[in-house]
Amino acid sequence: MAKILVVDDSASIRNMVSFTLKQQQYEIVEAADGKQGLEKAKTGKFDLVITDVNMPVMDGITLCKELRQLPTFKFTPILMLTTESSTDMKMKGKAAGATGWLVKPFNPEKLVATIKRVIR
Amino acid sequence: MSIDLSQFIPTFLEESFEGLELMESGLLNLEQGDIDTINAIFRAAHSIKGGAGTFGFNRVTNFTHEVETLLDEMRDGRREVNQSDINLLLKSVDCIKLLIESARDGVECEDDAINETHLALEQTLSGKAHGDNDSQDVSEVEQLLSEVKSKKQWLIEFVPKHEIMQTGNDPLHLLNVLAELGSMSIEPNLQDIPPLGDIHPEECYLYWRLTLVSDCSEEDIIEVFEWVEDECSLTITLSDSDEPSPAIESVEQPSLQVDQTPPSQPPSQVPQKSLKAPDESVKAKPTTEGGSIRVGIDKVDTLINRVGELVITQAMLKQIGSELAEDETVDKLREGLVQLESNTRDLQEDVMRIRMLPISFVFNRFPRMVYDVSSKLGKKVELKLSGEQTELDKTVMEKIGDPLVHLVRNSLDHGLEMPEERKEAGKDETGIVHLNAYHQGGYIVIDIIDDGRGLNTEKIYDKAIEKGLISADQSLSDQEINELIFAPGFSTADAVSDLSGRGVGMDVVRRNIESLGGHVSLSSQQGEGSKFSVSLPLTLAILDGQLINVAGQIFIVPLVSIVESVQVNKSAVKAIAGQENLYLFRDEYLPIYNIRSLFSLPGKVSPADENMVIIVESNGNKYALVVDDLLEQQQVVLKSLESNYMAVEGISGATILGHGGVALIIDIKGVSSLNHKNSRSKKFSRERSVAEATT
Repeated sequence: MAKILVVDDSASIRNMVSFTLKQQQYEIVEAADGKQGLEKAKTGKFDLVITDVNMPVMDGITLCKELRQLPTFKFTPILMLTTESSTDMKMKGKAAGATGWLVKPFNPEKLVATIKRVIR
Repeated sequence: MSIDLSQFIPTFLEESFEGLELMESGLLNLEQGDIDTINAIFRAAHSIKGGAGTFGFNRVTNFTHEVETLLDEMRDGRREVNQSDINLLLKSVDCIKLLIESARDGVECEDDAINETHLALEQTLSGKAHGDNDSQDVSEVEQLLSEVKSKKQWLIEFVPKHEIMQTGNDPLHLLNVLAELGSMSIEPNLQDIPPLGDIHPEECYLYWRLTLVSDCSEEDIIEVFEWVEDECSLTITLSDSDEPSPAIESVEQPSLQVDQTPPSQPPSQVPQKSLKAPDESVKAKPTTEGGSIRVGIDKVDTLINRVGELVITQAMLKQIGSELAEDETVDKLREGLVQLESNTRDLQEDVMRIRMLPISFVFNRFPRMVYDVSSKLGKKVELKLSGEQTELDKTVMEKIGDPLVHLVRNSLDHGLEMPEERKEAGKDETGIVHLNAYHQGGYIVIDIIDDGRGLNTEKIYDKAIEKGLISADQSLSDQEINELIFAPGFSTADAVSDLSGRGVGMDVVRRNIESLGGHVSLSSQQGEGSKFSVSLPLTLAILDGQLINVAGQIFIVPLVSIVESVQVNKSAVKAIAGQENLYLFRDEYLPIYNIRSLFSLPGKVSPADENMVIIVESNGNKYALVVDDLLEQQQVVLKSLESNYMAVEGISGATILGHGGVALIIDIKGVSSLNHKNSRSKKFSRERSVAEATT
């Protein structure tokens, strides 16, 4: 089953995302900031990374750039969670190597449907 | 599919309140160009907005959005950080708090302040374009389009750039998602495939022509390709023929696939089921957060009570053990009892610690309060906090908040001067209010120190005479006069201001503190400032006591009040003015109080050589207490006399001793005031009640 890394400093969002995805039988690993996320990413192979943009210690954009440097994450889909629907933010994410973005707020149904664009 | 998210709401609320606190303290400390702080505030607002949206608290989301936009402009340097914006943001923090609270309680929050602040935010932001307009337009278009719903045939040409897979996208997944919108046929185009030798294994050379029969809108299709719009060329056309061709579904072609699965499945085979979560598993996993749990305070109190009883039982066993005859088995029993004693004591300490919280819970409200009050008064104030990690009992903490607020307001309102006045006096324009907490003995002491004008002793004296609190012929030290501000019915504020002097006087502050077993003292230097010291017992449930024997009865004197215990030296007992006995102790004359006479116990009243005196201190006043014998020291569990019997003056409570008997705890402060009353008029009823309570 697909393994997903969820990175967000807000525990409620993180819980909600993981809970929803666990329902779908995905295997979830959580991290509370970019640095933690990067460390956990190095521990194994993931099929998808979902990360918040604004986080302490290391933000999502940096995390994304760092991940793309890793051979195992070269083709791994990385989705950014953002409340900013501005194109500016999307461009920044894309430039950093992100696969796509999820605009907050989103509901569980939407989350499940949307990630189908990048994993099965 | 519906997933119940309500279980995450408590975490969200907790997080949001933390975030709001962070925003508030950040805003109060915000200085120009402090990008880290702005970022932290922004992140907090951002998380609240995100979470609120997810959990359906739309009013919170809408409101916080404006706040976030304002902060974003500050963050990007598009907006200077100025005082009025900070004020507005602080108000907004209050509003968000209100909104979240009402969302939590499920009530509509109808507060004009929120609408006003919202309006103010919008006005502040207006004139600045923000990029969210596009998305609003899009959603309008979406709405319009969704109204005209009917089956249409879409022709889509999807030509991904060769490097599309470099960002983690995979055309296969996109096609699968698209297929879920309706029935779709796929026609791959192979022309772009280069000669085998030139093929780069990480690139995509295929492109597709898709025919989708669906009631979806063009927007729905574009949305699927949202993440790859820059990495492909997409042409979407509405087919002329309205009739969906039934043949299309079977046009599916076996093709040269890079992937192991066919690019598309007929919609009937799309596993819709996987979207449906089985109901049991929704409830299956409770999330445990962090290393703490929330427990009702009543449970903790029950636990503390039980441990209290256990301590008493242990003391009883110890006593019985010591009375047994020597024997090998008895020795073993005693060993066990010693172990039991140390274990019970550890257990008791641990249990008491559950209730202990750092004083920062109370201190945290002051930065905001000082900010509000000082800007209202036009004074410049710097608030210093120290010792925030000092712990004290939760019950004590809950009750100390209001008295402290009162004292701090007092310092701000009456203590500190206006900036001009301070300048004239040669002081810095900014006044300092310092809150300092520390442990001393079994007490926590909280000092409220200001460097203001200090108490005006003459004014207090005049006022006290005017109010009839003292008579003009009384001679009082400056300290005694200053203490008069704690007297009931005293208020120096000439006009009742909004801040202090709302009829709640310092007498109430003192009464509240003393009802907790603490006391408040003050020292003041005119022109240099004043200092109020509040000391409070760390806990209200146990007490280190000195057991004493008077006329065959055991009493307990709180260890914290004892300065020294000495054998009576007859020559040190002096009678002054023929009436009161004084004891000369280290060059100080201290009044002698005799427990016998106070509580009408039988026996000789005047101190004899074989008696002991305990020098005790309360409120800075020392006196000597005459007792027959000193017994052991012991930690005792306080039992209220009031709830079990009735309040008795001079007695603060009772406890049960090892042998099961009741011992009364002497109220050191109460005794001195009792003695004053006693010397004026003897009250028979009170004496009788003491006699009853001890039998």
